[in-house]
This record gives sequence, C-alpha cells and structure tokens, in this order.
Amino acid sequence: MTVAETPFEPKIVAFCCRHCAYAAADLAGTSRLAYPPSLNIVELPCTGRVDVLELLRTFEDGVDGLLVAGCLPGRCHYLAGNLHARQRVDYAQRWLEDIGLEGERLRMINLSAAMGAQFAELATEMAETIKSLGPSPLGTRRAAGEIPTTGCAACGDPAPLLAESAHDRGDGR
Amino acid sequence: MIVAKQKPLSELTAMLDGYRNVLAVGCGTCVTVCFAGGVKEVGILASALRMARRLDGQPMSVAETTVQRQCEAEYIAPLAEGLDEFDAILSLGCGVGVQTLAERFPDKRVLPALDTTFMGLPTEQGVWEERCQGCGHCVLDITGGICPVSRCAKQLMNGPCGGSQGGMCEVDSDTPCAWQLIWERLDRQGLADRLLEIQPPRDWSTSRDGGPRRIVRDDLRLPPPEDV
Repeated sequence: MTVAETPFEPKIVAFCCRHCAYAAADLAGTSRLAYPPSLNIVELPCTGRVDVLELLRTFEDGVDGLLVAGCLPGRCHYLAGNLHARQRVDYAQRWLEDIGLEGERLRMINLSAAMGAQFAELATEMAETIKSLGPSPLGTRRAAGEIPTTGCAACGDPAPLLAESAHDRGDGR
Repeated sequence: MIVAKQKPLSELTAMLDGYRNVLAVGCGTCVTVCFAGGVKEVGILASALRMARRLDGQPMSVAETTVQRQCEAEYIAPLAEGLDEFDAILSLGCGVGVQTLAERFPDKRVLPALDTTFMGLPTEQGVWEERCQGCGHCVLDITGGICPVSRCAKQLMNGPCGGSQGGMCEVDSDTPCAWQLIWERLDRQGLADRLLEIQPPRDWSTSRDGGPRRIVRDDLRLPPPEDV
C-alpha cells in the first residue's frame, strides 16, 4: 500500500480531567470497550486548566481534532472548572472559524468516572466527525514543509520571546 | 485603566498582507488586565495569525514578546536588539503604546492590533465600562464621584434630561442615567441641595479641541546638559 492509499487515521488529542473522563477512559479500557487508537489522552487535574492558548497551539501543531472531556455540570471537584472550560472551548471554536478551520474539530464533552461506555462512544463519534472533515490542512501543510518553524530550544515554544521578556524570566505562561 | 479590544482577525490579516516576519509586542500594564494585549493574548493572536496565514498559503513567522510598559521609551528600548530581522511590529498595546514604538523605531512599520476604546474599570469579571474621558477639568467633587462627561450621553452638567426613564438612559435601556445616579448619591450623603446650584457652561478648552494636550513639570525636567 502506498502512502497515498493509507487510510486517514485522524490524530486526536483529548484533554481529560483526572476525576471523571480520564477515569472513564480507563474504565472503557478495562471493560474491553474499543475506542480509536489515535486518541492521545492528556490527563489534567481539571478541565479548568485548559486555556485558549493551549487549544490553539495544539491545532497549530497539526492535530486533526481536539476533545476536552470534563466532569458533568455541577460535579466539578473545583466547583466550576468544567464550566470555565466550556466557555474557553466556545471562544477557541470562534477563533478556529476565524482562522479558517472547522469549529467541529474542537469539542467539549462532559462525563462521570462511571461512564466508560459513553467515553468510548463519544470518542468514536469524534473520530468519525474528524474523518469526515479530513486531515487538518495545518497538519498536511506542516508535513509538506511549508511552515517556517523557529523555536526555543529550551521549551519548544514555536515563537520564542525576545530578551528581557516574560519568556526568559520563565513566567511567560 | 485604558481598556482596549482586539481587532478582528480578518482586519489584521489584511493589515499584515505582504509581511513575512512580524514581531508581536504586548504590554504588561492596562491591556494585560483588560485581557486584550498581555502575554497570553499575544500568544493567542500570534498563533491564530500563523495558522491563518499558513492556510492562505502565505506562511508568516510571528515572534512574541511582551514589555512591562509599552508607553515609555525605556521599557521598549531592549526591543532594538534583533529588530532588523522583522518586517513589521504588531503592537498589542493601546494607541499610546503603538505610537511610542513608532516614535522609538521610526524606520519600522508599527501596526495596531487593538482598538483602544476608553478609560474605565471592570464592573464584573469580563465586563468593562467607561468612567473617564480625560476632559482635563474634573468635576467629580460636584457630582458625587460620578462623571457626567463620560457617563451621560449628552455630557450634561445640570441633569437629568427628559430622556431619563426609570433611572435608565433613553440612548440605551441598559445604561443607567448618570444624573439619576448623581442625585441618588448626593441624596444619600445628605448633599442633594448642592445640585440646585446651576453649573455654568463648561470650559471645554481643557478637552480635545486644541490638539494634543501637554503637561510640563519644570520640577521634574532634567537640567540642560550645559548646566550639568
């Protein structure tokens, strides 16, 4: 099979709250429920940790889809982290559309730790959505070497800050 | 604080058309606390611009930095080092910051990423309202700490007008009538009778009619070099 014939397997990152969705993903696994292997799970202390900057930078790095999975409304261990995350996801979706990417590439879901089956189902649904949209044009263009990347060797920041900046002080972000 | 908001991405991409290597400069003061031009907003906008331009097939490098205070030459001086490599500076400072950069680096294109909007305060998280127009002659002593110049649509000095309806302004039903607030405030302080004194027409010469305003403090100026 040539490269051109390789079926598109979307690269999806899932930011998962450790109190719910991360445990739900674990439950899906131990329950032998299949979900897309291309899902890269990142454990967070709470989805309230998610920031618009990180969401956009993840897309800039060429990911095809991004899932933010937090606790059910009213069940956040930090009271409102999942609600803040929802607001930021909505805001980031508007940025994506302004940029020229489909907003559906970013989605937030809410789960409890007991909802392993739902996690597998929603992750599969997300993968299908991204498959129908196709690969991120940012990812393919990057693969084709069209992106001039310069970065900070220390932290991997694609756009390093200048001297005397917050970046160099280590408190930039 | 000076309150600003980011220009639409479409306006910025049009403004930056043709540039390939841009330095986005944030400001760590007013526009940081109104979430328009601080470190994080610089990061978000720079990332968005890089992606938008990549999708247009015209990749653009956008480097990021944020200075503590963009409106003073001393704080932006370190930017001189390494500036040659950039086609343009995209300032996420207020209008003063943009102009300070443009004055300090006159050979460089300096472009505004923000629309500077007003001097104001946050009334709740995520909401800012205007409180001062810098008219040059403060009357807050007369009006109980509520500014009729910035908060009354007609800038009345002897209000309210007939458009005050149920405590709200006829211009916008979500905007409280400034003069209603002034009367209530002074009444609460037992000073409402002071408002019966008619204020004369305002002297607007201290405001924006005479071109850019200037304050000179001789006690603070540096002595001429020949005297040192």
